[in-house]
Amino acid sequence: MADQHVQTLPPNLEKATLEGKNKYLGFWLFLGGETILFASLFGTYLGLRGSLNGGPGPSDLFHLPLVFIMTMILLTSSLTSVFAIISMKKGNYKGLLTWMTVTVLLGAAFLGFEIYEFVEYVEHDLGFTTSAFGSAFYTLVGTHGAHVAFGIAWITTLIIRYRKSGLTLTNAPKFYVAVLYWHFIDVVWVFIFSVVYLMGIGG
Amino acid sequence: MSYAKAQSKSAVWDWLTTVDHKKIGIMYLVAGAFFFALGGFEAILMRIQLMFPEASFLPAQTFNELLTMHGTTMIFLAAMPILFGLMNYIVPLQIGARDVAFPFLNSLGFWLFLFGGILLNLSWFFGGAPDAGWTAYVPLSSEYSGTGIDYYVLGLQISGAGTLIGGINFLVTIINMRAPGMSMMRMPLFTWSTFVASTLILFAFPALTIGLLLLMLERIFGATYFAVHAGGNVVIWQHLFWIFGHPEVYILILPAFGIFSEIISTFSKKRLFGYSAMVFATLLIGFLGFMVWAHHMFTVGMGPIANSIFAVATMAIAVPTGIKIFNWLFTMMGGRIQFTTANLFALGFIPSFVMGGVTGVMLATSAANYQFHDTYFVVAHFHYVIIGGVVLGIFGGAFYWWPRMFGYKLDEKLGKIFFWMFLFGFHLTFFVQHFLGLMGMPRRVASYLDGQGLNDMNFISTIGAFLMGVAFIIFVVNIFVSMKNRETSGDPWDGRTLEWTIPSPTPEYNFAQTPLVRDVDAYWHEKYEGDGKMKAAEPLGDIHMPNGSILPVIISIGLFISSFGFIYREHGVIWVAILGLAITFGAMFVRSIKEDHGYHIPVEEIKNDKGGK
Amino acid sequence: MAQHGIDPTAPLTGEPTKKTKRKLAKELRTQLISFTFMIFLTTIAFISIASDAIPTGFAIPFILLLACIQVVLQLYVFMHLNERGNGWQNAMIWTGVLIAIPTVASLMLLLGIVKF
Repeated sequence: MADQHVQTLPPNLEKATLEGKNKYLGFWLFLGGETILFASLFGTYLGLRGSLNGGPGPSDLFHLPLVFIMTMILLTSSLTSVFAIISMKKGNYKGLLTWMTVTVLLGAAFLGFEIYEFVEYVEHDLGFTTSAFGSAFYTLVGTHGAHVAFGIAWITTLIIRYRKSGLTLTNAPKFYVAVLYWHFIDVVWVFIFSVVYLMGIGG
Repeated sequence: MSYAKAQSKSAVWDWLTTVDHKKIGIMYLVAGAFFFALGGFEAILMRIQLMFPEASFLPAQTFNELLTMHGTTMIFLAAMPILFGLMNYIVPLQIGARDVAFPFLNSLGFWLFLFGGILLNLSWFFGGAPDAGWTAYVPLSSEYSGTGIDYYVLGLQISGAGTLIGGINFLVTIINMRAPGMSMMRMPLFTWSTFVASTLILFAFPALTIGLLLLMLERIFGATYFAVHAGGNVVIWQHLFWIFGHPEVYILILPAFGIFSEIISTFSKKRLFGYSAMVFATLLIGFLGFMVWAHHMFTVGMGPIANSIFAVATMAIAVPTGIKIFNWLFTMMGGRIQFTTANLFALGFIPSFVMGGVTGVMLATSAANYQFHDTYFVVAHFHYVIIGGVVLGIFGGAFYWWPRMFGYKLDEKLGKIFFWMFLFGFHLTFFVQHFLGLMGMPRRVASYLDGQGLNDMNFISTIGAFLMGVAFIIFVVNIFVSMKNRETSGDPWDGRTLEWTIPSPTPEYNFAQTPLVRDVDAYWHEKYEGDGKMKAAEPLGDIHMPNGSILPVIISIGLFISSFGFIYREHGVIWVAILGLAITFGAMFVRSIKEDHGYHIPVEEIKNDKGGK
Repeated sequence: MAQHGIDPTAPLTGEPTKKTKRKLAKELRTQLISFTFMIFLTTIAFISIASDAIPTGFAIPFILLLACIQVVLQLYVFMHLNERGNGWQNAMIWTGVLIAIPTVASLMLLLGIVKF
């Protein structure tokens, strides 16, 4: 069985096997469900964002430069994961691993900034229980942060597990859906920086 | 793992580790039936309490716990799992697939449901069951309830995750794994309704996940989403719950519609009337199901325009439902109708469900809703749609597919006694409740006063509940006494769809050769246009099978253990929560780094099976 | 089934076809252009809020529009929703969006504080 050599790479490695096809579709469906998950959190936040209960509000806390830097980091990590997939499709496995590592590092930097940000806000008297705004804010942004953390752990596991295996029809779909997940994190962040931070400061 | 090794597992280990959709389906059915009996028992206890005015059979607190657990159990742990059991067993067979798309996740979904259900029910023994109703409205559930609500939140969170996984699995299975020639518009209606119900699961359950998460954070970490004194708003919970809760009703009823479509068509010996209209109506009901949730909240005070929009959208659902009802009637018209037990359930369903639909439109009238809200009228309405629709569908489906799943037919005579007793008991129980509601009897009360004209109808209602209970016992007896009626033909009803083309008992690989589908009602087409056998779409060969795995059980047990750490957080056992999560994530980690490519059943084995038939 | 005979653990060797290579090069170009555009959109959004010159009544709908454009770019260019064979993916994502809209709107507005 193992002597089967594929001389030309199939154009869509992630969908070359039935397992890969199923994983690819199933993951997109999962992302469809995640849409509602985050919509519920956004709705809750928007419903409660004016309920400060005497605590600090968005315009007292948010700093645009920090959010801008975080946004750029996450956006760039989205691009590096695109590079990873292009490398994969070219059959350049080393390139795939390298770009995935860069993506993870950028993700970790983003997460570091987010933790710093939360610590900062707590020092400025916005605790999780201070007000309905505080609870809703930390829940929405925190859930996104938890997704980032999970993504980092997931992709790191993949990189370590497959550091020597070379590109196979089994790991190609795994990397591919992990990248889809990473893009989706960025999609959610676009709405977070617009709806939470920019709208928070702008009015 | 080799084929020989896969065959040599002990029975217990085999069931614990199985990823076979048929075995998982049966486990869903068994667990669901157990919870159904439990929920029914809870209902009977409540009806005994309400049999006479000012009775003292149950303390009011126990009554609150019973009504909460009855609703929660019936919806999450009985109706949905039983439907999942039927879907699991039947859908891959109906589309000509060897297995589902994600066998491992399928098993994980089941074990999550089971451990979630067990967790929820353990609350009875540890400080009392949840007591805030199955809707668990805040602030009652967030500020005034004991540990029961923690069991509710975590139990539903775990079993809800299982349901979501199951839903995605069905969607991918139906989209990707259909046999050659089986286009979407050739799929049997049960598969179609499974598809739409799974879509609803995909989009409805995340809202519940968030609702439960917020409630958990509020209870455990003191968040203030719902705490009015800190600027929170209780209506947020109601929205989140019903954004999930209303589609949930359709998640239950659509598969039942699918079952009836199969049964009515089979026993009328006719192709389903208006197939494409049926599909379209199913899709439309599914979509509208998402746009009407606020009709549960008419009395909240959202405002007249908001109420009107949701009222009109709700009434609009009557149109596609009406299309379906008429299509069933037209399917029967001119057909050679056989009054089997399965078909009796379908025939009993139509008038019963229409009555529930009519009261639904009454309730949708937002101005009148202020009068009906939280009375027994609502109780009567939703029991007419849930029992008259879903439960009759489940029993109909059970009688119809029993020979396929268990290799024997249920006794028809006992089945008919069961049907008539159950139907009569059901109407006796709930018909009078319409009037109790209109007379002003509120729902969820542990007692009522004498001399208000409520006594007789409450008494009648309780008698009906007893009848349903006895009928269910007859059904259970039927399961055991019928075991001798071996059914080996594989096609006892002269069936129309692919699940009847395979030998009985069903081989573990389902189809020795993937069938080629040439029409709607593929088997019927071959019977009347072909030679009575399915054409094969592939030569006979080795069949690839997935390996079993114990990891789903371990993942679920981890979450189960960690829940206790969260529930008893105030006793300094948070380490239990961490331990449980470590088990879960550890098992997930093992799963993700261990590649598992399954094994092959050699072609000789398959030939032996075919020869032995 | 097809996978019998193909070892899914064997490392894949070989090159993509010329056609695929051309397609990948084109894809990369599109992706770089949209990345630049996304950076641009983000910057515009931040500036429109940061500067006092733009009234908030205009800025907020404007940044939401920019967010939507950026998300569509992510979905179609980075996540390849535009490719053939992604019909179901498109259907499900947009169904999700369609349901998300009333969800957000009702949680934001229909809380019984302002009557509609």
